[in-house]
Amino acid sequence: MRYIDEFRVPAAARELLREIDALDARGTFMEVCGTHTMAISRAGLRPLLAPGIDLISGPGCPVCVTADADIDRAIAVSKKPGVILTTFGDMMKVPGTEDSLASASARGARVRVVYSPLESLAIAAEEPGSQVVFLGVGFETTAPAVAGTMLEARRQGIDNFQVLSFHKLVPPALRALVGLDDFDVDGFILPGHVSVIIGSDAYAFLPVEFSMPCVVTGFEVTDILQAILRLLKMGASGASLEVEYARAVRPEGNPRALEVMSQVFEPCDAQWRGLFTIPGSGLAIREEFAAMDAGTWEVELPEPTRSKGCRCGEILCGRIKPMDCPFFGGRCTPDNPVGPCMVSSEGTCASYYLYSESEGPDERGEGADIGR
Amino acid sequence: MCLAIPAIVIELDEPNLAVIEIGGVRKQVSLMLVDDVAVGDYVLVHAGFAIDKVDEGEAQKTMDLLQELARLEQEAGFNEIH
Repeated sequence: MRYIDEFRVPAAARELLREIDALDARGTFMEVCGTHTMAISRAGLRPLLAPGIDLISGPGCPVCVTADADIDRAIAVSKKPGVILTTFGDMMKVPGTEDSLASASARGARVRVVYSPLESLAIAAEEPGSQVVFLGVGFETTAPAVAGTMLEARRQGIDNFQVLSFHKLVPPALRALVGLDDFDVDGFILPGHVSVIIGSDAYAFLPVEFSMPCVVTGFEVTDILQAILRLLKMGASGASLEVEYARAVRPEGNPRALEVMSQVFEPCDAQWRGLFTIPGSGLAIREEFAAMDAGTWEVELPEPTRSKGCRCGEILCGRIKPMDCPFFGGRCTPDNPVGPCMVSSEGTCASYYLYSESEGPDERGEGADIGR
Repeated sequence: MCLAIPAIVIELDEPNLAVIEIGGVRKQVSLMLVDDVAVGDYVLVHAGFAIDKVDEGEAQKTMDLLQELARLEQEAGFNEIH
């Protein structure tokens, strides 16, 4: 168990906290970025805010929202003869229906962790007798890098490199969330680095169609407090979209990266783990690149089963906090994750666990023995 | 996972590559997703690609934050690359 070992809030942040207090306003705000989740927990921000202000974490971690069936497919592909499956490290421990990539690897599947999809391409070039499949997981920050690697594979004439594309798009997920009947959030704290790519204009529909206040912000404590202050003020003045992180985010994003992404991928419906299928929220490989699409392989998949007791889905919608889940900190820890929110260091549960936001062991969940 | 790490561009290589430095470590990254990068510029690096240019002050603040997150994650047993 870990506790914050120092007071991490600088003077500028305390001034912002005083300004927020002075507004005497209330609100529940959702951040949808794993790095914001970490930054808020790291600063121990929640208890410092006025009692009527609540911060909740939405589906901001692409590892956490990768569907069980997609993990199952990646595992099945990794078990095919001659295949080397390459993946970002966060995906190794994510539980599928029966297995994880880590356990498949322990049983002989060739799974390699890479930092960049370009490393996968290098492996393919070095091992022409193997079929290298890159597990493509990530939001709009990551998808252009995977698309760029596929263009590079084509340029170099490397034909033993393929991709499983489970990428997800943030704006369609936000549209789906705000459309839920019981979605009870007063504003979004929007991600910095996803927005570097897609631009702040991608969120314009939220205040216009849903009267939802939005602030795109950075990762400093002061950035997040500025966002909260602006969202509270919008509660009185009316919803709009503001960019607190203008030093890095342009309205149009990065047109070059968007062009590379759309050259290779097209939007498709996608299943979000713990949530549901969201229209237009995934990225499928275009027909022109079908030869690089490992998603079309015939593989045997296990029968899907519903996990019993894991409440990640409710956490991702902001309905409950991690410590409301009976597994949190007991049966489900970063070493032995039951649900996806505990797997990645940016998952909501892992972030709460890492920075010990519950008051003590009694609130850590009792580790009830409910079978998965 | 969507975090991009700021780094300084040390040299430009063909075709469309750059050597960047992060925390004393040099790596090669692709410049396919950005325009007009010069030696001495700061770029945001994600998954082996520069995804945008960034000013030096912003780069420094993010680097400080990352160093602390890395330390805390290591203490807590997270050892993934991302």
